[in-house]
Amino acid sequence: MAIPDILFYVFAALTLLCGVLVVANPFSRNPITSAMFLVLTIVSMAGLFMLLHAFFLAAVQILVYAGAVMVLFLFVIMLLDLKEEQRRKIKMFGFVGGLVSVGAIILIALRCLRATNLNAQSPLTLEGGTAELGNLLFKQYVLPFEVVSVLLLVAMVGVILLSKKDLK
Amino acid sequence: MNVGLEQYLVVSFLLFALGLLGVVVRRNLLVIYMSLELMLNAANLALVAFSWFNNKLDGQVLVFFIITVAAAEVAVGLALIVALYRKRQSAHVEDLTTMKL
Repeated sequence: MAIPDILFYVFAALTLLCGVLVVANPFSRNPITSAMFLVLTIVSMAGLFMLLHAFFLAAVQILVYAGAVMVLFLFVIMLLDLKEEQRRKIKMFGFVGGLVSVGAIILIALRCLRATNLNAQSPLTLEGGTAELGNLLFKQYVLPFEVVSVLLLVAMVGVILLSKKDLK
Repeated sequence: MNVGLEQYLVVSFLLFALGLLGVVVRRNLLVIYMSLELMLNAANLALVAFSWFNNKLDGQVLVFFIITVAAAEVAVGLALIVALYRKRQSAHVEDLTTMKL
């Protein structure tokens, strides 16, 4: 097995393991633990992006997700001063229903994948560096880029309005 | 076994299912939000894999936009959670049943 294949299995296992620990950690139900494992998931997913030659996106993934978004999460957890979630009685119906429906969805997705003929283009020569991505972003996708900047402005104004002290 | 598009898609599906499970099963608003992020990340992984195995860069541009929109969504959502917590002193979905008939 070649080195990239081994690395794929390592990063994939790490991503899924940390993902499980975000959702259902048997040792702690503290939101901070979930947030920390989400950071690990995101970092190992950046490794997967590297294997797919998406170098710019791997960097953005770490900077924006592991940096900005997770710091925001931790700030809010600190602000809310959440105690360890009390052991409430888990509703058995909701738990089993959720498990069954998610299992059914994953079964359908995997069967679809089996039934589809995925043939990759043979010479894989794509490079997702900053230059290539910027070239596409500022030529073909310049309108969505500008629209996204407006969206960010709207989100910023909305957040400032929402966090005012006397929310009407 | 050679790693192809299929393996990446399986990882992406499993991650998406994990996120969905978290949204359905967990009762803490913040953890539900983190599970939503997990689902968005699974979609990103699938898009990057498609982009690499089809020799087209458009998928990666889409992922770039998704990351931006996710950041905006997280900011607004967390502001809502903080505002809600100020009013109700709880971040637990079972305490938020005002709209229940």
